Formats: sequence, C-alpha cells, structure tokens
Amino acid sequence: MAETWRRWRGTQELRLMTVLLAIGAVLWVATPGFGSAQNLMDMLTSSAFTAILATGLLMVLVAGGVDISFAATASITQYVALSLANQGHLGWVGLLLVAVVLGALLGLVNALLVTTLGLSSIIVTIATQSLYYGLLMAATNGQDIFALPAWFNDGLHWVFHVDAHGGEHALNLQIVALALVCGFTGWLLTRTSIGRQIFAMGGNPEAARRVGFPVFRLNLLVYGFMGAVAGLASLVHAQLVQSVSPSALVGRELDVLAAVVLGGASLNGGIGSVPGTLLGVALLAVLQNGLTLLGVSSYWSQLCTGGVILAAVVMMAHQGRRPMARSKAEAA
Amino acid sequence: MNVAAAEATRLSPAIDAGGGGVAAATAAAPWFELHAISKRYGGVQALSSVDIALRSGEVHCLCGQNGSGKSTLIKIMAGVEQPDTGGRIVIGGKVYPHLTPTASMRLGVQVIYQDLSLFPNLGVAENIAIGQHLGRWHTVDRAAMLRTATAAMRSIGVALDPQALVSTLSIAQRQLVAICRAMASDARLLVMDEPTASLTRHEVDALLALTHQLKDRGVAIIFVSHRLDEVMEVAERVTVLRDGVSQGCFDATEMTDQRLTTLMTGQAFHYTPRRLDHGAAPMVLEARGLSRAGEYEDIDLQVRAGEILGITGLLGSGRTELALSLFGMTQPDGGEIRVDGQVVALRSNRDAIGHGIAYLAEDRLSHGLIVAQSIGSNIIVSVLDELLNGFGLVAERSRESAVRRGVDDLHIKTDNPDNAVSTLSGGNQQRVVLAKWLATRPRVLILDSPTVGVDVAAKDGIYEVIRTLAAQGLAVIMISDEIPEVLFHSDRILVMARGRISHSFDASRVSADELQEAVHG
Repeated sequence: MAETWRRWRGTQELRLMTVLLAIGAVLWVATPGFGSAQNLMDMLTSSAFTAILATGLLMVLVAGGVDISFAATASITQYVALSLANQGHLGWVGLLLVAVVLGALLGLVNALLVTTLGLSSIIVTIATQSLYYGLLMAATNGQDIFALPAWFNDGLHWVFHVDAHGGEHALNLQIVALALVCGFTGWLLTRTSIGRQIFAMGGNPEAARRVGFPVFRLNLLVYGFMGAVAGLASLVHAQLVQSVSPSALVGRELDVLAAVVLGGASLNGGIGSVPGTLLGVALLAVLQNGLTLLGVSSYWSQLCTGGVILAAVVMMAHQGRRPMARSKAEAA
Repeated sequence: MNVAAAEATRLSPAIDAGGGGVAAATAAAPWFELHAISKRYGGVQALSSVDIALRSGEVHCLCGQNGSGKSTLIKIMAGVEQPDTGGRIVIGGKVYPHLTPTASMRLGVQVIYQDLSLFPNLGVAENIAIGQHLGRWHTVDRAAMLRTATAAMRSIGVALDPQALVSTLSIAQRQLVAICRAMASDARLLVMDEPTASLTRHEVDALLALTHQLKDRGVAIIFVSHRLDEVMEVAERVTVLRDGVSQGCFDATEMTDQRLTTLMTGQAFHYTPRRLDHGAAPMVLEARGLSRAGEYEDIDLQVRAGEILGITGLLGSGRTELALSLFGMTQPDGGEIRVDGQVVALRSNRDAIGHGIAYLAEDRLSHGLIVAQSIGSNIIVSVLDELLNGFGLVAERSRESAVRRGVDDLHIKTDNPDNAVSTLSGGNQQRVVLAKWLATRPRVLILDSPTVGVDVAAKDGIYEVIRTLAAQGLAVIMISDEIPEVLFHSDRILVMARGRISHSFDASRVSADELQEAVHG
C-alpha cells in the first residue's frame, strides 16, 4: 500500500482524479440528473469516440511523434465502410474490417512520410490531414449519407444485467470498443517489449537506435495503430449519430490532443499513460456535461474548457521543471 | 527477426559471475584488433590505415584532438559505421570485414557515448536491463529486469533506487547507470567516450577506481579523453591519433604531458611567464572595497591598458560573482568601481557595455556562434545597429569594412569572409567569437574560463589572440581554474578564497607549486 502510494503521489493521474472527483461531487449535489446511472452511461457512450482516438494518439505521443490527421482518416473510413455497407456488401465483421484496415493503411502513409523524409510528424500529418479531407470532399462532393443500414442503426447490445423492474442494462458498441482499445493499448505499452521499445524511442530516439531497437518498424506500428483505431472510432461515432457526413469530424483532432496532453502525456515523447488519458477525456467530458446540466450556455462552457486545459498545462509545465532543477543542483 | 531473438537471449541474462576467467585465458594475445582501418567521408579522409590491438583486462587510452578521427574509430568498433574495404577487424581470433551494431554488441563490445544514450523517461532498472526488450515480441518480465539491474549494480558496487527515473539523477549517477548497462550485457570491451567531461574531480576519482575494478575482471577498456592528467592516471597504453593517422601506441609510463601534446598536435607548446611591466600604462578599470553580501567582500583590483589580470580560486570562491558585478549584471552592496579613474554606477550590463566593458561567459568561445551563417555575419551581429543606413537597412560598405577589420585584427584565416563559420577550424572559430565582441570596441575584456572544453591546439590559438589583444592596449581579466593557464598567460594573478582576495602575485615571480598551494591551502 505504502509502495503504491509512493508511486502515485505527485503523478498527473492522481491530480486529475482529485479534480475529477471534486467536480463530480459538486455536480452531484448541484444537479439532480448528473449522478444517475443513465447520465453516466450516456456520458461514457458519447465520450467513447474521443476516448478511443485519445488512446491511439497517446501511443503516437509516447513514441515521440504527433498525429493531426486521424480525424480526417476517420472521416474517410466512416464514409467508405458505410457506403459499402449500404450497397449490401458488408455485415458487422466486414464493416469493422474495412474501417480498421483502411485506417491502418492511411496511418502507414503517415509513418512512411515521417520516417523516410525525416520530417517533423506535426507538419507531415497536417499535410496529410488536408490531403485526406480534400480527397474525401472531392470524391463525395461533400454529400452526407443519411440512410444507413437498419442493422447498423440498431447497434449492438450485450445485456449484462436485468433489474427487478425488468430494466435492461446493456453494453453497447461504444463502450465495448472503448474497453477493448484501452485494455489492449495499456497492456501493449506497459507489459510488452514492443511497448517499452516505444517508450524508449520516445524518450531518446538516437539511443533507441544505438541499443538496436527497430525504430522504423516501431514507427510503422505506432502510426498504423493510430489509423486502425481511428477506423474503429469512426464507426463508433457513426453509430452514435446515425449518419455520416464527410465534414462531421473536422476539428475534433484538437479536442483529442488536448485531452491526451491534459492526461499527462508529453508532446516531447516518452511520457503518458492510458489511465491518465482516460482521466483527461473524462475531465473534459464531465465539465461539459455538468455545465450543460447547470444550464450554462455552450459559449461559456467552451470558455471554461479552454481555461481548464490552460491551467492544467501550466501546472504540468511547472511540475515538470522541478525534477530537472533538482538534478542540476545535485550535479553542481 | 530470428537473428534479433537470438541476440536477445545472449544479451539478457547478463552478468558473468566468474568474471576473471576471461582474463586468464587470453591475457597474452590481443582479444580485439583493428587492422589497416580506413574511412573516407566524401572528400575527407577521417581515418587512414589505423591499427589498434586490445588485450583483455587492459586500459587503453585513445587520445587525439577534436576531428582527429577518435569518434569515427569508436563508431567502427560499435558497428555504427562501416570501414572502407581493405581493413579487417579480428575479435577473439575471428575475422570480420565489418560489424553491425547488433553483431558488435553480441560479441561484447559496449560503447558508452559522451551523451550516455540513456532513456530519461524510464527507470534506472529498465535503463540498465534495456537489452531485455530486444528481440521478438514478448511480455516484459519486470522481476527479471530488476534482478539483472540489481546484479549489475552490485557487481560494480553501485546503489541507486532501481525505480528512480533517470531524468531525476545527477550526471554522475547517470554515468553509473550507463556503466551498469554495459555490465549487464556482459561487456568484454568497454569504450568510454570522454566520460569525465562533465564530472567533478571527486566523481572522476570514483570513475577511475571503477575502471580499475573492471580491468581486474578482464574487461578491456578504451578510454577516450583529451584531459592529459587523467590519461596518465588510468592507462597502461596510449594510442594517439592525429588527422586520422595513428601516431603509434605507447606505454603510459614512457609518456609525458609534453610528448603527448606534441603527438596530438604535431607542434610543441612551451609556455613561459610573461615579463612585461605595465606600471606606466593608464589605469582602465579599478575596484575599491567592492562587496556583495554572501558573494564577495572587500575586493580591490586594478587593470591597466595592455595588462592581463588572472583571477583563480576554487569553484564557489566568488570569482564569477565578482565578474558579473564588474559587468553590471549584479549590483555590489559596497565599494566602488572606477573606469578611467571616474566612479561609475553599473546598473545593468548595458551600462557596462556603454563604459567599454565586455564579458565572455564560460562556453561563449566554443558556443557563441551561428555556425551555418557566414563569418562576416557573425562578426557584425552585435553591432548591426551601428551599420544601418538612412533606410534602416545594413549599409553594405560599413558592413564590409567592419568585417574586414575583424578578420584582419584577429588574423582569421579565411580566403572569403562570406564562407560559413563551419568551414573554419576550431581555433579560427573562436577568433570569430572574439571578433564579434571586439566589434563593440571594448576597453576591458573579462573572460570567464575561456578554454573550458577546448583541445590543446585551440587553446593555444585563444592564448595567442588574448596576448595580441592585450598588446593592442586592451585591459584583460581572465578567470580560470587552471593554474598553468593563469600562470603563463597573465601579468598579475589574484587568488580568491571564500569571497576574498587571499593572495596577489606577480606572474613572473611565482611558481606553479606556490600558486597551487595558495589556491588549495
């Protein structure tokens, strides 16, 4: 117990948890609807898209890169997979397969550009973001798809509990996809050799090369994974909103990036965790949900969200300086 | 993938408990040999036909100035660079035309690079046992990692918290982590690239003790350094490189400072104290009873035109703090500063520059340049304001004459000042830095540790420039750790201790031993 405490004390995860619980407690008291199982379930379902993408992006950030193009990737996979489904070619398995594989391919394009050209990943992925959106818009004329297959609109339900009144508690596509992606990413990053190689590469790429880690292949994996996850998330999103629009996801990449950084991941690479990322997403989601329940207008709630992100980043930068200052003092 | 997996199994279990067996078996024959190794990068011959042979349990020093080919040689040993055809590498009796990084590690060659190549975001244990992550996809066995790391640390008597992040460690501790990592992968040849560059004297001693311990366990060690005193302390044999050519391999016992310097530079440097009398020259800068609480107290000093005043003392004796006040960066609590006999108040460095005082901090000579830009642009960068024409643009003619003046005054060897600074040799680059400062036409030049991290020949270049400047009438204050530096390149020497001036010497009437005694006594 003492050991666990020592390891968690002063981490971004613990701070986020504290803030989240504090805000949650206030909202619980202030608004009757907030604490209901239904509202919590709804929040989880509607945040799943952001959270899944955030987990994929976490992997890229840990590896020392950044990806701005994943929302564009998701727009393409969504459109392509559901167009095919509308023509009657695909069932659930085929749909998921198309979205995930296509997403992974688009991610690999990023990886190849970043590694072979040796350019900074932010510039490359800003370019591919434009490229992907441009392609999609040109190919679709910006047309939405309103009618989706009925089986898709119905979604998936795994009933896990029926209460005394006959009310069903079910897991949906959103929650199951989120759990799978988070579980897998967390396991990969902390428990496998590949995950540790990714951390090492993010911390010191030159040293990773010297130690003999396959830096090129790791990059393929990381950006490919981000793409695949974007593919999955795109279906999660389409299922939730029950329609596909080529421009629906424009701008979402920045929300996701903010959540991941809020969750303690470093833009310089090598630092970040799945629990932290989830807390980052949760904090923003709870804040928005709570403000809405309190009747605050969406303009003010956006302002509020911006303020929270800024405060968190300032705090992290301040915390980040301390260990360095200490090691300097010791060296002197 | 298969190859990588095979390597991982050899790398990971690590620590050779017996240790000494290796040494006994192969003490006589060299274990690692390079024969006729050459390397050409474009038009530059980095190495030409270098031979080197290492026995197990030997400490071998590789000496050479910057650009002599040391780094290239190390990279070839590590398999990071491939030598040109014609040479061969013999390890344990087997011949290899070249190595790859993984092959080299598998054979037991471990390099500790100058930057240590650690992962600051990972823990000590993981950094040490990083080799366990190599190979085919597998789940991480943290317990095994911890065992490897603990064993490696114990084997060289190091105790660090295995969970601590490397980013929280001091430089010396990080160095130990790097050494432990090399040990954890069963190193039989350990190459340390300038391991002492960022360590304090005390830490250097600990490192040297460790070197002896590894040597007793049969590890061959290559120690790269250009600090001559250390080379002598630790090495049995010394190989000297100059311009990519081996100057030979020598027994450390037959090597002297003087000889090593000559071998490394191809020139003999012999200094004698200056014997100049500046008594008649006008006083430029003077301090009387200068004090600043907690930093320095009751300082009297005078510098005349053309004079070089050396200030030495231990780290923390108040030397740098004094210099900062003379440059207006901090304000003294008591006493006065006079320039040309007039009391001046230096409230900021801008005031100081206005009174003709220039200050070059430690490292400025080696890092004060925009190397990709032209020599000329670097020289005028600090006086751009003065070169503007009526339109606010840089006037071509005044720029040219300012550049010409800098190049001529400091004898910068270049056929065209429009060439990039990076085309110049180290010594000439340092002259460009000085030219940049001299363009502001200072009358007092304060140099803090002007030759830290600079090799022998470049040092000589700096001394020559300082002497030239003094001869032109500049008053120079030179702060330095190195006794010979102040002894041979100043006219008068002040020794500082605990914030006060403890001794004052005439440079031509004091010996190195007396000065040493004054600093440490």
